[in-house]
Amino acid sequence: MCTYATVKTAIDGSAKGPDGRWFHITDGTVYFDHPVHAMAEHTLNIDFGDPAKGPAARVAVELTAASAQGLLAAIQAALESAPAELTA
Amino acid sequence: MRGHGGDEVEAYIARPTEDTARGGVVVVHHMPGFDRATKEIVRRFAELGYDALCPNLHWREAPGAAPDDAAAAVRARGGVPDERLIGDVAGAVAYLRSLPTSNGKVGVIGYCSGGRQAVLAGCNLDVDAVVDCYGAFVVGTPPEGMPMRVTNLVDQLPNLRAPVLGLFGNDDSHPSPEQVTELGEILIANGTPHEFHRYDDAGHAFFAVDRPSYRVAAANDGWERIAAFYERHLGG
Repeated sequence: MCTYATVKTAIDGSAKGPDGRWFHITDGTVYFDHPVHAMAEHTLNIDFGDPAKGPAARVAVELTAASAQGLLAAIQAALESAPAELTA
Repeated sequence: MRGHGGDEVEAYIARPTEDTARGGVVVVHHMPGFDRATKEIVRRFAELGYDALCPNLHWREAPGAAPDDAAAAVRARGGVPDERLIGDVAGAVAYLRSLPTSNGKVGVIGYCSGGRQAVLAGCNLDVDAVVDCYGAFVVGTPPEGMPMRVTNLVDQLPNLRAPVLGLFGNDDSHPSPEQVTELGEILIANGTPHEFHRYDDAGHAFFAVDRPSYRVAAANDGWERIAAFYERHLGG
């Protein structure tokens, strides 16, 4: 299926992208659809990028649904383990 | 080639070497973009005896970018607008009809999101045959509140006069078997000639040879159906 479902979120951070260089990222695009590379029919896909720098300024991940759920829990756990004043 | 608004758009063409008169096929690529697998499909239509052309629908947002980066950029911006799609396919149809080998007949085929777009083109352009390979949201309700701007085509289907070949997997959920049935009923009510083939043990993207969704039996039968359908409607 093509879900078309796409969720966008503003991002303030950095990613290591094409040519092994770090760059500032401004946008996250999250969708559950066909992957380009992962050997699964559907994956949770996240594009981290900066549209102002062009289409190639992108770090992409394609995660199976189970591993995406695991990642979600890991992010939550990591944030909760840090002192509250650092993550506010 | 020239696309919507007279824009110069990248396109991939494959043609038989003979000088005989023949039909043309516009290939509408899937949402993952103007990729290698799509270009293989274009070459297959040339092998079948047609002048085949695929416009890069993501060219404007990402000229020269890798197909996956271009697809991601277009997706983030809301997808390919329907009006622009119609203009780009119109340009491809005109290009094919202008070739010295053209017999004047041109068909459109699309896969995945391109299946819907092939039907969209058929509702708005003078084409001779339409092939819809598991296009989602020809009928049904697209998700709301998302950046992707997709509507169903129910209100446009009465304008679809060209014969339609539909190829669908019974394990697909977009379009679901119920939606395929609904589309067939609408085409019957509208008097649009069509034939549908629905495959067991196949879901979405069963033609995609580089993906786990590939189903050789369904894809082989589908290719035979496509060849026969285009021979009937684009030949002569």
